[in-house]
Parts: sequence; structure tokens; C-alpha cells
Amino acid sequence: MSTLRRLSVVPWLSMVVATLVLGAPLVWMVLASLKSPQELYSLPLRWLPASAYVQNYADVVATIPIGRFMLNSIVVTVVGAGLKVALGLTCAYALVFVDVPFKKVAFGLVIATLMIPPQITIIPNYTLVASLGWLNTYQGIIVPGLASAFGTFLFRQHFLGLPTSVLEAAELDGAGHWRRLWRFVVPMSLPTVAAVALVSVVTEWNDYLWPFLVVDNASHMTLPVGLTLLQNIDGMTSWGVLLAATVIVTLPILAVFLVLQRRLVAGLTAGAVTG
Amino acid sequence: MTLTTRPPRPPATEAPDSSPALGQTDPHQRPARAGLTERFATLLAPVTGRDLGPLARRRRRTGWVAFIALAGPNIALLLMFVYRPLLQSLYLSTLQWNLGSSVARFVGLGNYVEWFTAPSTRQVLTTTGIFTVATVGGALVLGLGLALLLNRPLPGRDIARTVAFAPYVLSGLAVGILWLFIFDPRYGLLSVVLGWFSVASPQWYTDPPWPLVMIVVVYLWKNLGYVTLIYLAGMQAIPQDLRDAAALDGASPARTLRSIVLPLLAPTTFFLLVTMILSSLQSFDIIQGMTKGGPVGSTTTLMYQIYQEGFVNGRAGYASAGATVLFLLLLAVTGLQMRFVERKVHYA
Repeated sequence: MSTLRRLSVVPWLSMVVATLVLGAPLVWMVLASLKSPQELYSLPLRWLPASAYVQNYADVVATIPIGRFMLNSIVVTVVGAGLKVALGLTCAYALVFVDVPFKKVAFGLVIATLMIPPQITIIPNYTLVASLGWLNTYQGIIVPGLASAFGTFLFRQHFLGLPTSVLEAAELDGAGHWRRLWRFVVPMSLPTVAAVALVSVVTEWNDYLWPFLVVDNASHMTLPVGLTLLQNIDGMTSWGVLLAATVIVTLPILAVFLVLQRRLVAGLTAGAVTG
Repeated sequence: MTLTTRPPRPPATEAPDSSPALGQTDPHQRPARAGLTERFATLLAPVTGRDLGPLARRRRRTGWVAFIALAGPNIALLLMFVYRPLLQSLYLSTLQWNLGSSVARFVGLGNYVEWFTAPSTRQVLTTTGIFTVATVGGALVLGLGLALLLNRPLPGRDIARTVAFAPYVLSGLAVGILWLFIFDPRYGLLSVVLGWFSVASPQWYTDPPWPLVMIVVVYLWKNLGYVTLIYLAGMQAIPQDLRDAAALDGASPARTLRSIVLPLLAPTTFFLLVTMILSSLQSFDIIQGMTKGGPVGSTTTLMYQIYQEGFVNGRAGYASAGATVLFLLLLAVTGLQMRFVERKVHYA
């Protein structure tokens, strides 16, 4: 017994070391955002701030309209992710439960977009959005990335496995497609809906390249784009301020992750299980 | 789908179609209600049937209405913002055209010829290659190692899993900035850690190849948790009795790993290989947050070059040619996946 115990000490220690190494940068980010410049730029390094130096956060607020960025990020994330899930649900429902010829072709059309990298579309989409006068607008940020391919794919997989008897009963009771989707299919698919919604929330929140291209006015910048603005203003001269802003950008998603970890991970790793 | 799998009725004479959906044939006729939802519901009434009578044709029409109402918006958006720009990008790649300019000149394959002969291309492709191989290879090896560790019933492994996965959900740009501070050659955490081993910190920001190394490290940190989790899922699918049998036969843990676990994980490895190559080739945020492709282009990958040529230098036609090359690369990798997944060994 005692040899067994000793045997698993080495793996356990390796795990602890790996966890410390992987977790250290995030802890360091929070600590550094609470250090005064003297503490940040002193050798040997100070591990802990003497007291929480919240001036860094005050400086962020004074330098960039971070509240506005936060609001923009919330709008883009909630509207973008919400519409994306709705589009995925309706599309997947039609692909599974509405009987028309050439449905497979439509599904192929949706699924093939997973192979088209968004990067090849940025220049034409930028041109289009600019010609619509959508630069520096919410719709300019949200609409081009709205279509759901991955979500549709996952929803379809799930719908195909739903018990048909319930839907038949609903149909016999005279429920049309719209009603069957929202009253029966969606309530029976809540875990999948939650997973796709969470993935969309994380993706929208972190999305950088597209909002960075279509927005150059602070009024519509999302948090990651605003972070670039601060980086350009402050350079690398005031790490405390920059890291305070980094904390503000990452903490909301980190909180979502910690609270809803199981669902989020299920969504993010779903491609591996189904594909 | 559901509608057509209903148990077949006895071959009735007048009812070639078993759908009770339309008002005329529905025994459970719905009382007319005026709500908007209800009216929409009527519009999207269920329809099946493949016969050719007038009734069926009407049903099919209703089916199309429902289909277009439900799937139309999503498909229209995909056509508008994925397929249209894909084709337009190919067209743009044949033009000498600057972003926002009203004049464009057709140059045929000129942009491609220029791209393939440009001195910078060699460097971009080398950088892309090194970055891809290092990130994908590193993530697979480290992820497998961590997964093997976390697959044991160690106390606290849930915490380890959470910590390892957390960076994956964070903004690449924020992560880049955070690590830039850690890499700071003077006041960075890493210089202290290196100091413990009496190693002087390299000039991470300015001295190639260190900037590229720096980006690879950050990319690995961000994606390691994902690879680990997928490997863990793959390992949990390996039947325990296979390992038990190997142990009974006196196989060492190393032997079991080599002869049983790794071969059984081959499909997982292949999936991860493809997924990681695709995401590595498309990475942008970390580079933007840390080096902006520099210094002297030493961290400019193909993806970053497309952005730079298109939006910094404004050479949209030339950038589109680069985008085609990237697209073909990605397509080749995906094609590889489809080809192999078909034939891939399916252990169960």
C-alpha cells in the first residue's frame, strides 16, 4: 500500500507543478494590476503589492472610455450570440423537420462554410460593410458574422436524436412548425442550446480582427479593440494600467467559465465528439 | 425526418399521404385563433408527401414556405457574408487595386506571380511553417502528457483541469498583452524564473528568433487545455479491461502506453492535428497583441501578412492573392482530414 502511495506522489507533484506554471500568468496579471509603478519597476521583483494600488484602474477609466467599451462588448455579445443561436435553431429545425426536396443540398451549403476561413472573406466583407455605411456601427460589427454554421450543425445532430413520438403528438394536436420548435424541440434540447449559446458568447466577446477593422471610433469599440487603443496610447511604459485593462477584459469571461464550466467546455469540445 | 418515419398505414385508397396536417384532412382540426404566433404557426404547417396530386403540390409549396421562413435567413446570411466574399476575393486577387480606391486594373495572375517571387514570401512561409509545426507539435505532445497525468485519480485534478483550460476561453489579444509583460527582459516574471537557473533573459522583443519563440509559447499556453481535454475524452473511451489485460500479461506502463493507449488514441491525435493546424494557420490576435509581425517581419505569418498588405499597406488585390494561398492550404488540410477520417481505423 505504501509503495502505491509513493508511486503516485511523483505524478501528483508533476500535476501540481504543471497547474502552478499554467495558472501563474493569470495570478500575475491580477497582482501586477494592483501594483504601484515603484513596485512594478523594482529589482529584485516584488511578489505582492504592499497594498492594492487601484490607481491603475482609475487611470484606465481616465485614459479610455472603458465603460463605453464594456457596454459595446455587452451589446455585441448579447445581440450577436442571441441572434446566432436563434438562426441556428430555426435553420436546424427546418433541415430536420420540414420536408422539402434538396434539403441535403441546403445542409451541405451550411456545413461547407465551416471549411471557409473567415480570413479570406475579410477584404470583400469590409468593402461591402463600408459601402453600406456600416463602419463604426453595431450592425457592421455583428451582421457579417451572424450566420450560424457550427451551431446549426450541432443542433441538427441533436434534433435527429429527439424522440419522434412527442413531436408527432404535437403535430396531431395541430401545432405548426413554429410552435413545435419553441414549445417542444427547444425545451427538449436545452443542454445543447446552452452549450452553443455559451460558445457564441465567448467567441463574440473575444472577437478581435473584425471589430478592429470596421471600428476606428471609440464610440463603438469593443473591449479587445479598446485594449489595442490603450496599448497604442500608453505603449509599454505603464504596465500597471495596461494590465488593469487586461483584467477588465478577461475577468467577465473567466467568471462565466468558472460558473458554467461544464456546459461551456461541452460546447467548445463538441466538434471532437461529433466530428 | 420525423414525419416520414411514422408507421405506415394500411394502403388506403384515398389517402396516399399520411400527413394529417392540412386543414382538410386533419381530424383534429384546430379552432381558429387570431394570435400572431398562431397565424405564423398555420403558415408553417407541417407538410410531408411525395405524391403528385394537386393537394400534395400545395403541401409541398407550404413546405417550401416553412423551409424558407425558417432556414432562409441563416442561409441568406451565409451566401451574403461567406460565399459571396469567397468568390469576390478570388476576383479581387486578379486586380491591382487599393482598398477604397475607385480605380482597379486587371492583372490576371500578376499578383500571384509577384507573391511567389517576392523576397518576403520566403520569410513569411518559413515563419508560418515554423510557427505551425512548433505550436501543433508542442500542443500535441504537452497536451498528451498532461492528459496522461490528469487521467489518473489524483486528488485535485479537477482544479488542474480548470486551470489548464481557462486560457482557452480568454481573448487572444488580452493574453498577448499579459504575456508581453511576463516576457519583459528586465521586470518580467520570466526573467526572474530564468535567473533562478542562472540564465540571462534573451531580448524577447527585439532579437530574432526570440520574438517567434515568445509567440509560440503563448499560443501553447492558450491552447494546451483544449488539447488536454480532447485527449482526456479519448482516453476515457479506452476500455479499462484492455489495460487490465495488458497489466495481467506483465506489460509495463510504458509498454501499455506505446502498444495500447497511443494506437487507440490515433483517431483523436489525427483530429487534433488537423484542428490545431487549421487554427494555428489562422491565428492573428496573439501576434497582433505582442509583436505586430515584427521585428523586421520575423513574426509575420501568412495570415498576418494578408492583414498587413490589405489593411496597413492597402494593397487589397495583392492581399487577396495571399488569402487564396492560405485558403488553398487550409482546404488541403481539411481535404486530408476528410480523406483519412473515412478510412481511419475505428477502434471501439
